[in-house]
Amino acid sequence: MKISKILFSMLLMSTLFFIGCTPKDSDIKAAVEEKLKTNPEMTGAMTVSVTDGVATINGECKDNACRAKCEELAKSAKGVKSVVNNCVVAAPVQTSTDDALTTGVEDATKDHPTVKASVNDGVVTLTGEIKRAQLEKLMMTLNTLKPKKIENQLTIK
Amino acid sequence: MALQEKYKELTDAATAAGISNLQVREQDNVLHIDGEAPTGEAKDKLWDIYNKIDPDFRAGDVVMNINVAAGTGTKAKVTTDSSNLNIRKGPGTDQPVVAKASHNSTVTLLSKTNDQWWLVKTEDGEEGYAYAEYLSPQ
Repeated sequence: MKISKILFSMLLMSTLFFIGCTPKDSDIKAAVEEKLKTNPEMTGAMTVSVTDGVATINGECKDNACRAKCEELAKSAKGVKSVVNNCVVAAPVQTSTDDALTTGVEDATKDHPTVKASVNDGVVTLTGEIKRAQLEKLMMTLNTLKPKKIENQLTIK
Repeated sequence: MALQEKYKELTDAATAAGISNLQVREQDNVLHIDGEAPTGEAKDKLWDIYNKIDPDFRAGDVVMNINVAAGTGTKAKVTTDSSNLNIRKGPGTDQPVVAKASHNSTVTLLSKTNDQWWLVKTEDGEEGYAYAEYLSPQ
């Protein structure tokens, strides 16, 4: 009898011990959020919900590697049993080919004879001179051509 | 994430201005902002904020492709500096000039070939392609 009583109390204690040690879902949520903050490649806000230790993560990642990294980070948070990864990968920015850019840039600079423009690997580089009043309008047009980048080295008069 | 913070005022203003299909994406250290503005004023305001954050657009870390929403039949004013606007046979400056739209006159938008070239009809009823930079939808 005595042994079974001891065993029973040990069982009770261990049960209490484990319950006491299981982190609350709200604590797990905070831990996952903290982990995700360490991923510098996330492109937007990430939301986390946790139910019975199962963490569900939602948000936008720039690529699949970033998405996998988020899942790994969430899994490493204390108390997480498993992760439901609902993150989506953002569609990449569509940029124009150099041929399309060159034609577009020629049209855009036709009325700005003092502006020189070159196109290389999606990057438009501007040199020469322009009046400040005309700069914004030229930039507006060049920006609609979908370049990767615009290097403005113009001398502004 | 640093670029998004640098241009937060701009992207917040874009949201507040009701830019439709707004997309803000960072790629190769350049922030690409795409969308369609309800009016020309809304677009100009965003460009002023952009110019304020990055004076004279020197940093080269933003490509802002914001167009003004304009459907078929929209009237647009010819906003050249002073000259008449060339109306061309096709979409490109290598195309022959088939007509002229006078400075400050109004043309009707027939279709958009792309963001740069619009097929328009002048007040004289002539049709051809005009460079969108010099057209302000009314």
